[in-house]
Amino acid sequence: MLGSIYAMVGVALTLSIGVLKFLNFSIPGLFMVGGMATWALIRAGVPWLLATAAALVVGAALALVVERFTWRWMRNADAFVPLVSSMAFLILFENIAVVVWGSDLRGLPRLFASVDWHVGYLIVSVPQLFCLVGSVALISGLSLLLAKTRIGRALRTIAEDSETALLLGVDVKRLVPLVFVISGLFAALAGILFAINYRQVHPFMGEALGLKAISAMVVGGMGNVWGAIVGGLIIGLAEVLSIQFLGADFVDIAVYGLLLLILVIRPTGLFGGESSMRARA
Amino acid sequence: MSGYIQGILVLLAINIVFAYAAFLPMAAGQLNLGVSGFAAIGGYVSAYISNKSTVSVAVAIPLGGVAAGFIALAVAIPVVRTRGIYLALATFALGQIVQATILNLEEVGGAAGYPVTAFVGFPFVAAFALAVFTFVCLLFATRFGIAITAVHDDEQVADLMGLDVRAFQIAAFTIGAVVAGIGGGLYAHSFNYIEAQYFSISLSITIVLYVLLGGTQSVLGPALGAAVFTLLPELLRGGAQWRYVFFAAILIVVMVVRPQGLVTGAQLRRLIAMARKDRLA
Repeated sequence: MLGSIYAMVGVALTLSIGVLKFLNFSIPGLFMVGGMATWALIRAGVPWLLATAAALVVGAALALVVERFTWRWMRNADAFVPLVSSMAFLILFENIAVVVWGSDLRGLPRLFASVDWHVGYLIVSVPQLFCLVGSVALISGLSLLLAKTRIGRALRTIAEDSETALLLGVDVKRLVPLVFVISGLFAALAGILFAINYRQVHPFMGEALGLKAISAMVVGGMGNVWGAIVGGLIIGLAEVLSIQFLGADFVDIAVYGLLLLILVIRPTGLFGGESSMRARA
Repeated sequence: MSGYIQGILVLLAINIVFAYAAFLPMAAGQLNLGVSGFAAIGGYVSAYISNKSTVSVAVAIPLGGVAAGFIALAVAIPVVRTRGIYLALATFALGQIVQATILNLEEVGGAAGYPVTAFVGFPFVAAFALAVFTFVCLLFATRFGIAITAVHDDEQVADLMGLDVRAFQIAAFTIGAVVAGIGGGLYAHSFNYIEAQYFSISLSITIVLYVLLGGTQSVLGPALGAAVFTLLPELLRGGAQWRYVFFAAILIVVMVVRPQGLVTGAQLRRLIAMARKDRLA
């Protein structure tokens, strides 16, 4: 379950890295905004379906703001500059959330009765299963979009070389915001799923999760959509197993140790080198 | 000098040391997101040495730096063979591992923090900061500095000119880690207490922001960036949470208006030229 949330945030990050070669640190911030906006709207009495839809719109709109300030106005700057601006956006989003909503942990009401299926010894929670299936379906959709459609082909051209893409008549200026919007939507949706499933949100919920999602993306191979999913599941599994066998204190050592090990042994990640964003002819 | 002002000056001097730790690899085109990890290694090693033995603080702090340097070397050699963001991610993972490991090391107090007996005052810290600054200035006046700048500007051309790009990147990264370790040692001994929680990823990111705000093109940039970052939030202190909001907003605007940072190479050359003209006239 946690794995599928890592995977969705990981996909948001990997899309940005794959197409634009830009590690967008504002994505954990958008994840938090998605979760907190859902909470705030539900508390204000908005029906949950409308609240989640509004949270998605907010996520996409903020992603466009980030695009202006990190990408559009500084295409010719040093490679670190967009990274710095996106980090500044993370700080900005978090502290605006603190100013508006306070820094406390907020609880959400239970939206769905928890239904469990018992399959032999396994207990499967239906809402969680629904989340897992939903996120896999969405990521498959994105993967199809990249592989089969005109837009997908254009995005893969930008990933290859944005100047050449421009020369070949790809509308780079219109497609780059699209990348930001898609990754913003994925991040916000992950935040909404997190809020609904764990029923708690707070302004800094994006940080720890974002760092794990970055690990997931790297373990799976940067720029590869399916890599992000497998990486997310591996990181989620590593966490649960290390809690089980080593104790809760060793979770971070295990997860980041795994990340460092992958970077040393196979820096391109498990699925690197066959990026789903680069042209596959 | 009041205690408050002295406290801020000590922090300023330490932050300047940290800024140079991040500046050195960045001047060679590598992003270090694990400065806080190296600072923690330096801080804990030097504190352990000065607590457990009769070695003087002036020796213990550089020893902490050397320890951080060795760890940096061990990580950099396998990871620098790849391009782009991988070293940044490896340093990020390392920083997290260092923090999580110290939190579980009972020998140095674990999560409760580690008290340090030996104390150093502002003059001592300032002397060390000045030494680091002078060292970096001298370093950048030599062939080493020119080579690093060449590697930063264009790796392929530097390679063609016969520079061993990787060796320079590893060297810059390792020296940076030594400087970070020294900064950590200064922190431990001037506050008489260290805790692993302080050396988080947020600290690493903040340090990187010092350098990018100040500018990576000249050796003055990091010091200026660290000064602005340390003093500006103090001046904005009235607004509690709002100060971080303003702070992030200012950062984003500066990155749009001056993506090379506050101090740029061209600007310095212009100033020097103007000063010369004045002298001739």
